[in-house]
Amino acid sequence: MPNPFSVTTDSEDDFAVIRLDGAVDAHTAPEFEEAVQKVIDDGQNNIVVDCAKLTYISSAGLGVFMGFVEEVRDAGGDIKICGLSEKVKQPFEILGFETLFHFCPDVEQAKEKFGEPTDWEAAY
Amino acid sequence: METVERKFTLQVPSSTENLALIREFVSSAATQAGFDEKEVAKLELAVDEACANVIEHAYGHDVNKEVIVRARLDEQEFSIDIEDTGKGFVPADVNQEELEQLISKRKTGGLGMRLMKTLMDEVRYEIEPGKKNALHMSKRLKKTDNG
Repeated sequence: MPNPFSVTTDSEDDFAVIRLDGAVDAHTAPEFEEAVQKVIDDGQNNIVVDCAKLTYISSAGLGVFMGFVEEVRDAGGDIKICGLSEKVKQPFEILGFETLFHFCPDVEQAKEKFGEPTDWEAAY
Repeated sequence: METVERKFTLQVPSSTENLALIREFVSSAATQAGFDEKEVAKLELAVDEACANVIEHAYGHDVNKEVIVRARLDEQEFSIDIEDTGKGFVPADVNQEELEQLISKRKTGGLGMRLMKTLMDEVRYEIEPGKKNALHMSKRLKKTDNG
């Protein structure tokens, strides 16, 4: 049974855009995790995760966002999430991600969110 | 009125590679039961989380083990039973801290169980360490028309 998934990264001067295509589950989440780790290792802490082509995500994928977000915020950056369909957004909503992450319609609007004040610090 | 019950069983090697196949199985059965797309997505996710826990925690990624998923449909509900003979656990001990605390402690454990409990109407474990661990989950079928 194929589990089509790919992750690609576009690095720009001020941002890295990680694009998820397909299903992120316990099998494919390590690839997503590696991509985020590489971006951070390369010194970029302003990260946009483009979910426009994401068809499914389980807690293994959600855990990747949670595992890195504090590290990038401590370094002055953030992880913005964009392009989620209503169907794929369900697990994010159930776990309360909207109180701790910015959700944006697309990559351009996600980029504009960097630099805006947040109240994440008060949350944890 | 006589209740028509249908049963489906999927047995696959204990590998995360098979989670996509498990979701496909659940999706087909739930669609046949009459759930709409959004409800089918919830069932897929709940079963995926349960099976991922079995593959990773109960069997420690041992592909020589097998994950058995049994689905049962009738007019009222869709129920799923997942059995394993791996390492058991105490459900009450699973981390249920708030998201903020988990992030702060850089932990992600317990998210799967939280999702399952939210997505399904019933989630029940029967743990017999070393013998058999069983997870029973069910979701009632909402009638949207004359039913």
